[in-house]
Amino acid sequence: MRQQSHSVETVAAWALALLWLLPLAYSLWSAFHPSEYATRFDLMAPLTLENFVRAWNQAPFARYYLNTLMLVSLVLAGQLVVSTLAAYAFARFRFFGREVLFALVLVQLMIMPDVLIVENYRVISALNLLDTIPAIALPYIASAFGIFLLRQTFKSVPNELVDAARVEGASSFGVLWRVFVPLGKTTYIAFGLVSVSYHWNNFLWPLIVTNSVESRPLTVGLAVFGAPETGVDWSVITAATVMTMAPLLLAFLLFQRQFVQSFMRAGIR
Amino acid sequence: MKFKTRALLTAGFMTAASLSASIVHAVDLTMYYPVAVGGPVTKVIDDMVQKFQTENPDIKVEAVYAGNYTDTMTKAMTAMKGGRPPQLSVLFSTDLFTLIDEKAIVPIDEIPGADKEWLNGFYPAFMENGRVEGKTWSVPFQRSTIVLYYNKEAFKDAGLDPEKPPTTWAEMAEMSKKLVKKDASGNVTRWGVEIPSTGYGYWMLQALAIENGQKLMNEAGNQVSFNAPKTVEALQYWVDLSTKEGVMPKGAVEWGTLRTDFLEGKTAMMWHTTGNLTAVKEGAKFDFGVAMLPAKERRGSPTGGGNFYVFKSASPEQQQAAVKFIRWMTAPERAADWSIKTGYVAVTPAAYETDVMKTYVKDFPQATVARDQLEHAVAELSVHDNGRIYKILNDAVQAAVTGTQTPKEALDSAQKQSERVLSRYK
Amino acid sequence: MVSAVMSAAEPGVVRRRNWLTNANAWLLLLPAIVLMAAFTHYPILSTLYHSFFSMSRGGEADFVGLENYTYMLEDDVFRQVLRNNIVFALATVPTSIALALLMAVWVDRKISGRSFLRLAFFTPTVLPMIAVANIWLFFYTPEYGLLDQFLKSLGFSGHNWLGDPSTVMSCLAMMVVWKEAGFFMIFYLAALQTIPPELKEAAEVEGASRWYFFRRVTLPLLMPTTLFISINALINSFKLVDQLVIMTKGGPNNASSLLLYYIYEVAFTFQDTAFAATLTVTLIAILAGVALTKFVYLDRRIHYQ
Repeated sequence: MRQQSHSVETVAAWALALLWLLPLAYSLWSAFHPSEYATRFDLMAPLTLENFVRAWNQAPFARYYLNTLMLVSLVLAGQLVVSTLAAYAFARFRFFGREVLFALVLVQLMIMPDVLIVENYRVISALNLLDTIPAIALPYIASAFGIFLLRQTFKSVPNELVDAARVEGASSFGVLWRVFVPLGKTTYIAFGLVSVSYHWNNFLWPLIVTNSVESRPLTVGLAVFGAPETGVDWSVITAATVMTMAPLLLAFLLFQRQFVQSFMRAGIR
Repeated sequence: MKFKTRALLTAGFMTAASLSASIVHAVDLTMYYPVAVGGPVTKVIDDMVQKFQTENPDIKVEAVYAGNYTDTMTKAMTAMKGGRPPQLSVLFSTDLFTLIDEKAIVPIDEIPGADKEWLNGFYPAFMENGRVEGKTWSVPFQRSTIVLYYNKEAFKDAGLDPEKPPTTWAEMAEMSKKLVKKDASGNVTRWGVEIPSTGYGYWMLQALAIENGQKLMNEAGNQVSFNAPKTVEALQYWVDLSTKEGVMPKGAVEWGTLRTDFLEGKTAMMWHTTGNLTAVKEGAKFDFGVAMLPAKERRGSPTGGGNFYVFKSASPEQQQAAVKFIRWMTAPERAADWSIKTGYVAVTPAAYETDVMKTYVKDFPQATVARDQLEHAVAELSVHDNGRIYKILNDAVQAAVTGTQTPKEALDSAQKQSERVLSRYK
Repeated sequence: MVSAVMSAAEPGVVRRRNWLTNANAWLLLLPAIVLMAAFTHYPILSTLYHSFFSMSRGGEADFVGLENYTYMLEDDVFRQVLRNNIVFALATVPTSIALALLMAVWVDRKISGRSFLRLAFFTPTVLPMIAVANIWLFFYTPEYGLLDQFLKSLGFSGHNWLGDPSTVMSCLAMMVVWKEAGFFMIFYLAALQTIPPELKEAAEVEGASRWYFFRRVTLPLLMPTTLFISINALINSFKLVDQLVIMTKGGPNNASSLLLYYIYEVAFTFQDTAFAATLTVTLIAILAGVALTKFVYLDRRIHYQ
């Protein structure tokens, strides 16, 4: 009895999984086959890279890739530095205004930069940074989320390790660097993966704040590319879509376990 | 020896300096422009700009494709507010009030190089949207009217005379009924006529309203007549084509895919911008005709399309360079070439007198229909805050064609919303 | 200096040490404070401020008090948009949660190929919304799109899914659930793994059915996670509007528009920053309300040390 329900469940689970993969599978099919086969599922249909070539030529995807890489690196680097310093302060220092400041950090967890687009645009404009990659990155570099995670991690570092380092004559910064940071490695990786995923895929804010090819990331490039006022060639658009998704997707396939663990760890606060 | 070297070096230096001085003297212009029609339009523009730069090495123009008209206006405004405005742009002829309100542009007739003779050389119908307070603020570039494309073979197929397109609303409804083709299971394989309701639905509505004898806005651009009885009638006719007469698909008809529908024979007639003419010509595997829009009380179509604007933030030098560029782009040879490559109406009568245009028109008389319709054309819906008003009217059109609201309800709502927006400008 | 941080030092020295400690801490926090002030706290206050002024066209803005708010409350589009957000939240949040739970239960059990299952369910999470929107846009395209072709092959007629106000929301909701469910599955997975196996064994021994065990033991134990995910999903439903930009632009007739998209449209297409500020204040208020609920109810269970 139990065996039977078990296999029914297995079938159901697999069916759902396959259904779930369908959209992605379809986009891959459409991207790698010529446009005539976009809706004809002829298994003998010829594979082609033509769509990718055309997409690549119609829009500067190389530049978009570069921009996106620079963007996520800049964001991550900034977040790591800022969050580490701030988390260290919150976790290990007792100081005037700690509760108030922490509450202010909490505010960003509720009201993210994503909803403050109008004012942030004004601020970036006043700083004369419009249409640059730092402009996209700045609102996100102070990450309440990162500060949270790291604070949690830092708080759990045993005092003995800290004392040992002090005995060796380390300054407070030295302690941070030599004790806390290495111990937070798993948190850093988790946070890093979540951050890169998020910022690789971010769209609305970059759309508003960039204007030109030099600063536009992949997501915005894809949207501009697909604008259908003039009529669409779906195969080429799917090729462009695949190009936008590919790096993260490949990274995910290779490092599944780490991705899943990271998101899990990031969520359980 | 040393003296000679030094002399040579100095001479070389001075040559280089004078060369760089002349290079430094080159004026840099950035221009945003929209594309709302099919075909390799960005390439045509790029080629024209290249040619201009070759003939005028002291002016450098960067032409940036910015999407459709709304996107281009957004981009230009955003750039301006962010402190990096373009020097000129092609924007909706009807963006005029908004641009003046934003203090973004200068009247073209006040820039040296833009003389009266040149400005009077354009078709008056196209100049209407660019003239306010006695000044000429903008100059036409990619202008159009709506035309009726019809599939001559489908006409023959249905027993209609392929040389006699419909001339009145009643005729269009009748002929469409004959043109509808159904398959064995009763599904429609070919519709009689399609009018696009997405993209620029308000433009189509304005055409119908004019044909019914109703103007949609006042001169000052701060009052609209969206729920006047004749406007409601116009929208009702449109909706009836799908619900009562059954000659048009129910629901939204997409601006972007309508051309493909026509070319694939899914509809026998379509209302579309003349800017798509060349794209249709290239893609049609059948004989097709182009006619003026049918009349109710009168013939009519709003003009449409984009004008050149020069921005206030440009230096006097840049402004003059911009005018030079605009004069070049609208010169008869270029206007003719542009019209032939896209289907837009050439903006000056002189363009139609060029040899290349005369030859083209002889083989392809469809190209003059849009121009001939200028006689019945009116200025496009031009009001303050036009972007918002367009959206409101577009929403009303969509509500009516999808059956969510009756034409009267939809237009009443549009009128109320528009009055709220325009009250700031009274 | 440093040891004052860790232990209570002699009182006399504390004061001077405390000053150094404070300075140290504040210095460490400086980058974070500056950035957050600039891009979170100042904008919130500034938005509030600007919502009390009129739109300025190339000139000065006038103080108009609550006029913008009255305008907003009378705005049919605003009402529609708010309604849409509620409908959208109701459509996506429970569905994603239910599916996430189902997926987590399946992946947690020893079903063959569970890592494949987990992969399949989680993949949409790593894709950019804009790419997802492109793919699903093609599904929903009338006539040529995959869904219509499929229906036509079965003999049904096609439909303009995204162009019909009565179907557009459901179609968009389906897409968003597809994207989000896998993400929430992860949280349930983690929670499921914390349920002590002894409980399950005890239940089996007692002859309780799986369904009984699930209903009376698992679900209640998962309640904190469920609440947590609900809040997350709710916030996401307000934040996620990428798909509207390329699929429907909020149409037809604002049937699919959401508050954040409306804000984007008003601010950047219509250039009406005053009204956009008013709308943003509303959005902030809603999010603050949700967050407050979270803090008051949830965080009694999940504690911040």
